[in-house]
Amino acid sequence: MSVSVCFYFQVHQPFRLRKDYNFFSIGPDHSYEDVNSNRSILLKIANKCYLPTNNLMLKLINRHKGAFKISYSISGVILEQFELYAPHVLDSFKALVDTGCVELINETYYHSLSFLKSKDEFREQVTAHKNKIRELFGYNCTTFRNTELIYNNELAAEVEKMGYKTILAEGIERILGWRSPNFVYYPASAPKLKLLLKNYRLSDDIAFRFSNRGWHDFPLTAEKYASWVHSIAGNGEVIGLFMDYETFGEHQWEDTGIFNFMEALPEKIFAHPDYRFQTPSEVAQTYPPVGPIDSVHYVSWADIDRDLSAWLGNPMQDSALEFAYSLESAVKKTQDPALIHTWRKLLTSDHYYYVCTKWFNDGDVHKYFNPYENPYDAYMVYINVLNDLKLTLKQRGVLP
Amino acid sequence: MRVLMFGWEFPPFISGGLGTACFGLTKQLAKRNVKILFVLPKIKGASQVEAAGDITIIGGQNYLSNEIEEVKKKISFFEKEFTVNSPLRPYISYESYKDYLEKIKEFEKESNGLHSSKGNFSIDFSGDYGQDLLSEVARFALVGRYLAQRESFDIIHAHDWMTFLAAIEAKKISGKPLVIHVHATEIDRCGENCNSEVFNLEKHGMENADRIIAVSHRTKEIIIQYYQIDPNKISVVHNGVDLDEIYQYDKTTRPFKNEKMVLYLGRITMQKGPDYFLEAAHLVVKRVQNVRFVMAGSGDMTRRLIERMAALRIADRFHFTGFLGKTDRERLFAMSDLYVMPSVSEPFGITPLEAMRYNIPVIISKQSGVAELLSNVIKVDFWDVNKLASAIINVLERPQIASSLSEHNNEILQKMNWGVAADKVIDVYNSYR
Repeated sequence: MSVSVCFYFQVHQPFRLRKDYNFFSIGPDHSYEDVNSNRSILLKIANKCYLPTNNLMLKLINRHKGAFKISYSISGVILEQFELYAPHVLDSFKALVDTGCVELINETYYHSLSFLKSKDEFREQVTAHKNKIRELFGYNCTTFRNTELIYNNELAAEVEKMGYKTILAEGIERILGWRSPNFVYYPASAPKLKLLLKNYRLSDDIAFRFSNRGWHDFPLTAEKYASWVHSIAGNGEVIGLFMDYETFGEHQWEDTGIFNFMEALPEKIFAHPDYRFQTPSEVAQTYPPVGPIDSVHYVSWADIDRDLSAWLGNPMQDSALEFAYSLESAVKKTQDPALIHTWRKLLTSDHYYYVCTKWFNDGDVHKYFNPYENPYDAYMVYINVLNDLKLTLKQRGVLP
Repeated sequence: MRVLMFGWEFPPFISGGLGTACFGLTKQLAKRNVKILFVLPKIKGASQVEAAGDITIIGGQNYLSNEIEEVKKKISFFEKEFTVNSPLRPYISYESYKDYLEKIKEFEKESNGLHSSKGNFSIDFSGDYGQDLLSEVARFALVGRYLAQRESFDIIHAHDWMTFLAAIEAKKISGKPLVIHVHATEIDRCGENCNSEVFNLEKHGMENADRIIAVSHRTKEIIIQYYQIDPNKISVVHNGVDLDEIYQYDKTTRPFKNEKMVLYLGRITMQKGPDYFLEAAHLVVKRVQNVRFVMAGSGDMTRRLIERMAALRIADRFHFTGFLGKTDRERLFAMSDLYVMPSVSEPFGITPLEAMRYNIPVIISKQSGVAELLSNVIKVDFWDVNKLASAIINVLERPQIASSLSEHNNEILQKMNWGVAADKVIDVYNSYR
């Protein structure tokens, strides 16, 4: 009985807005983005994470002669930023894809919450991402994951309809009940689709706990971790290790030993003869689903709540989302690709994440990723920008 | 005549009406040959925080700074040689005091060494920023004692409660008469949730004063009723307004075409009634399409109001600007079609007058001192949100009402200049010569 370890890494950075976009900017000033910080943040993360980690992954793929496999979902907005500021990073991803050991996964181009507000917009963004991946990598995706693993029955049905074979979600008890995340399932609403779940304990051991000195398992060695992975043999078929790619070198700095850990890990995993690495679509082809997962409500991989409350739920977030999508039909009526693109970049989920007011526990993580001092500032900037966009739409005659 | 005057802010570093009033008054007193020794605490960190903000905001059009410099030349400022390092702010509440200290600490980390007062006498009043606001006041009193020993003057004039202890010390040492100038009371700021220590300090100042200047009859009544002070000791001197400082702005260049703009400008605190403005705005936007509301300022209610605004789903019609420097304040007045001051309790209320300089109508609450002076404005009870909303709609939708409300603005303002106020203050001084 073989067990597959399935790595999926999320690669994403938003186009952040200018923190000084204020009331007086509305009207005269249409430059919304903080170009300088976006460039410098991207270059910083490229040097700390993307480049060294890509090198490491390439080395591991070569070292293990194709037996080490991984997958990525790279958002459209970060691909654009690579093209703008760091084409060499894009090249290093292309080199990885060229090994044949890497699967690319589709998502919404703008890393958006569009499925929650507009199915049309959702489909358009998924198609845009599909095309972008094809254009840059010559690759056709068959696996889908929604922004931050936001998932429910309805989403699965839509994704199945769009022709995908495999979908990823958070392996949380709320949808699993007594069952284990370490099997392939199918969505109750989309029986032809294969559903792969994240093993959040093992994923978060690397992504969140790796350098936590207060953790009783600190320090985490590749050996120790492999023994946990091996303990699943006999009662599981697939182990979904899903995490942000920035885990390597950015969330966990190099001096925590995260790169050494990752470099040693495949060999330790291979020490057990039943273990192998597979990409999501390979897993889906290998293992028949063991049963349906019924997820009426939304789940996600964010915060301890693993629901939508990182982006929605407080009045500022809700009003911001409503405001943004209220402009959809007018924006599209302009048929102006640049304006549509500008609007869509505002739909990136990070803009709502910054407005989160859940301070305890998760608040720390929010603060880490948040360029603003507080959610109120984030909200005001976002609303000011939307007001300027609305004004532009009025001037174009597409809004009364 | 030489006056030893204690104040808390002075342009360009101001957070409210007190700084504006001190500027307007001292400018006119100086013109009338009154020599003023103005003791202004150089607020460590805090003024720098705001100064940094001001510099960015003013940019190329700091048309005011020359005038401020002119006035400053005529007044001897003790801040130049005497630095009081204190985080005290005139409007601060106990709750926001802690936040404020944090902010200052952060700033100090960044600007380490920026603030050394070379060769000047400097008392670090709160090296570690003690948590007790009132002990800061007590320590500031040492300044009063020190100056009274060193300087010669004819009269002591103190603006608002934080300076009262210092002024009383100066009086004890010098034996000179003390005039206290009440711009606001704890009753205005906190209503029934009064901070009794601040209240007691105010009462102590009033009792020790030889003369009290109240900025309105409303304030005089409060002093009599709540502080039980002899009415004969109290003179009312209304504030004035400076007519020269006009921002040139062409309303036809406003980004929001065919829309009216309604302005609230003030601290976002309970006393100023910003929540009533927001609720009224909500009622108005439900009925009127082409209107936009702007709330300028900052304060301890800001976050709550932003959330409320979001919950009301009027983010495309209601804007928060945050704290603004002088130039942007003027720009907003110039952009607006209507000014609303819904204060719950306003000792005077200088902003409606500032708005009137731009020839726009104003709506003010009946609970304001300035209501005593203005007959040609709409006055509503601060709590009457429905009435406020209909008044706003009336002004916005009926141009003839708007113009009849603003047509006499200029004549009215001419009578309310700081010169008149300065003459009255000199009369108060002279009653002791």
